[in-house]
Amino acid sequence: MNSSWRIKNGRIIDPANRIDRMDDLVVIDGRIAGPDQPAPADLPEIDAQGLWVVPGLIDMHVHLREPGEEYKEDILSGTRAAVAGGFTGVACMPNTKPVNDSATVTVTIMARAAHAPIRVYPVGAISLGSEGKQLCEYGEMRGAGIVAVSDDGRPVRDSQLMRRALEYASDFGLVVISHSEEATLSTGVMNEGPVATRLGLKGIPAAAEAIMVYREIALAEFTGTRVHIAHVSTAMAIDLIRAAKARGVRVTAETAPHYFTLTDEAVVGYDTNTKMNPPLRSAADREAIRTALADGTLDVIATDHAPHSVLEKELEFDAAANGIIGLETALPLTLALVRDRVIDEARLVELLAVNPATILGLEAGTLGAGAQADITLIDPDHQFVYTADQVVSKSRNTPFLGQTLQGRAVLTMVGGLVRHNLLG
Amino acid sequence: MATGTTFAHRHILGMEQLSREDIVHILATADSFKEISTRSIKKVPTLRGHTIINLFFEPSTRTRLSFEVAAKRMSADTFNISPSTSSTTKGETLADTARNISAMHPDIIIIRHSCSGAPLFLTRYVEAAVINAGDGAHEHPSQGLLDLMTVKEHRGTLSGLKIAIIGDITHSRVARSGIIGFSRMGSQVHVYGPTTLIPKGIEQLGATLCGSLEEAVRDADVVMTLRIQRERQNDPLLPSLREYSRQFGISRHILSLAKPDALVMHPGPVNRGVELPPDIADGPQSVILDQVTNGVAVRMALLYLVMGNS
Repeated sequence: MNSSWRIKNGRIIDPANRIDRMDDLVVIDGRIAGPDQPAPADLPEIDAQGLWVVPGLIDMHVHLREPGEEYKEDILSGTRAAVAGGFTGVACMPNTKPVNDSATVTVTIMARAAHAPIRVYPVGAISLGSEGKQLCEYGEMRGAGIVAVSDDGRPVRDSQLMRRALEYASDFGLVVISHSEEATLSTGVMNEGPVATRLGLKGIPAAAEAIMVYREIALAEFTGTRVHIAHVSTAMAIDLIRAAKARGVRVTAETAPHYFTLTDEAVVGYDTNTKMNPPLRSAADREAIRTALADGTLDVIATDHAPHSVLEKELEFDAAANGIIGLETALPLTLALVRDRVIDEARLVELLAVNPATILGLEAGTLGAGAQADITLIDPDHQFVYTADQVVSKSRNTPFLGQTLQGRAVLTMVGGLVRHNLLG
Repeated sequence: MATGTTFAHRHILGMEQLSREDIVHILATADSFKEISTRSIKKVPTLRGHTIINLFFEPSTRTRLSFEVAAKRMSADTFNISPSTSSTTKGETLADTARNISAMHPDIIIIRHSCSGAPLFLTRYVEAAVINAGDGAHEHPSQGLLDLMTVKEHRGTLSGLKIAIIGDITHSRVARSGIIGFSRMGSQVHVYGPTTLIPKGIEQLGATLCGSLEEAVRDADVVMTLRIQRERQNDPLLPSLREYSRQFGISRHILSLAKPDALVMHPGPVNRGVELPPDIADGPQSVILDQVTNGVAVRMALLYLVMGNS
């Protein structure tokens, strides 16, 4: 396959190098060419007129379900959904069956990922079996390919274990990703508030998130280590993170597109595709998240792509599993923030590419000379109806089905190889 | 029959869907059916040849019996099934159950389920009309309607009244249907209970949240108490039933703050000595048994109306 291109007349948006201009971008042998590098005259061309040319998007929070739950998703189907959504790399959470809590499991995932169209960065478990008792062998797992550790989905209850995880992970340059949820408070199925009261559904209070976010901040501050807060959903947590950053705590944070797009009003009708954890929150929370994406309190947009089949979703609301797929809708939903003037184009690229790459220490997120040619071409005006038969993921659990979305990745290139192409 | 208005609802899922006109129409219809239960031959042929399935996933004596009596007095064929909710985790799902029942072509399915939203879920899988007989902490519309009917009978009106609802509001579908129904008919609903049992944002349903039992009951036309559930694991809602009855139960003194002829109501079954002392539950102001009688009439009306007045 060809890995040398001239991408012509696009709008290159590359905030890592402070670039936003109309220009050609040249790729030679899978790497981005510098301005002085001689380019062959007969390079194949990609017409990027009217398109944005940005560093390949990175989703630092996905569930690929392999090994163990391949009927929901597998590494190949999940990464195909990712590349269709404009992502050139994904970090996959360890709550597989078995849990990715040893180098053996990591190696298995990496071997499967070798056939994927994009780069796969496994996240290792914090504790063995994610049971919150004993640390995993981070050193050996790092050698096998993990880029971070997390007990996502199984929040760490034991504060001593969390402290030790932060300290020990720092020895290997690994960031700890915290699913921040105080489990004893969090026994409901949707956000606690007037909508839950009207629907008669048991609520999850915002305090359940805020309490654990503060614990992680306190531990990171005291130990001087790095912590990353996953899927922030509440204004209370935003305030804590903003204040911590202001005093120099090494905390970063992400939110997911559904938290800045929807509110708990979406649960009216009991659609189980509006059930996720953390839950959709109030309009005030959504507003706080939009503000935090703009002002830098939140660093990353990640999807928390969580495929489930009808077996887990075609159920009573109380009985249904948490989570929705998100890889194919993240970019259009984020572009809506740009159209609403919440964030600008460069900030979109920071949130979806530059910052996740920096936090995980990846060679990505830049279009600088010599970088791997992981590139996404975005048509911000492309409109499409997201229908069930278009879904690339194996699962279809999304509340955005049937909606008209605007903005799409029309070409995704990984290491100079075109892996997704709607340009024809 | 009762009025010339048409009834537009195929399913009865909650008071929330019913307009003021719908409620007036249902109550007038129920009123006209009430007489049937006083005849020596308590049966009319109205729903002859219709199949009604009572699908009760939660234990229930009164509501199920009330629906069954209502259906039989209308000459419908009734069948009761009580699947275990635990089978949803291993074995048949609600969607499977619904598809199977639907294949037998019932006309009406009456469902009670511990999960809020289960009746709405059911409507997506069946052809039959669905009546909600109580879903989780969401709604119990036939109870709300029989409460309205009982108050209307005794007060002559449903507007301008003060209705006090006391107790466990959080877990009560009766409270939600009552708040919506009484508010829609022009009365003011005041709620009170221990803060551990008051859900966030209850005011947005139309209720006024009171700061004391006295404030809630003072000058009330109706004092409705709700059953306190003894079994709520892993959530320390109350120190003891003894404390509850002393701090939040209706005593003679508290009741004396309400209007002299205030009605005492309870959806049943009463924890005697907890929510209400026996002398009040059985006293002259209690209309608890009228509620039960009217329950049959309201349910006859609902069965009739969802069958399209045919």
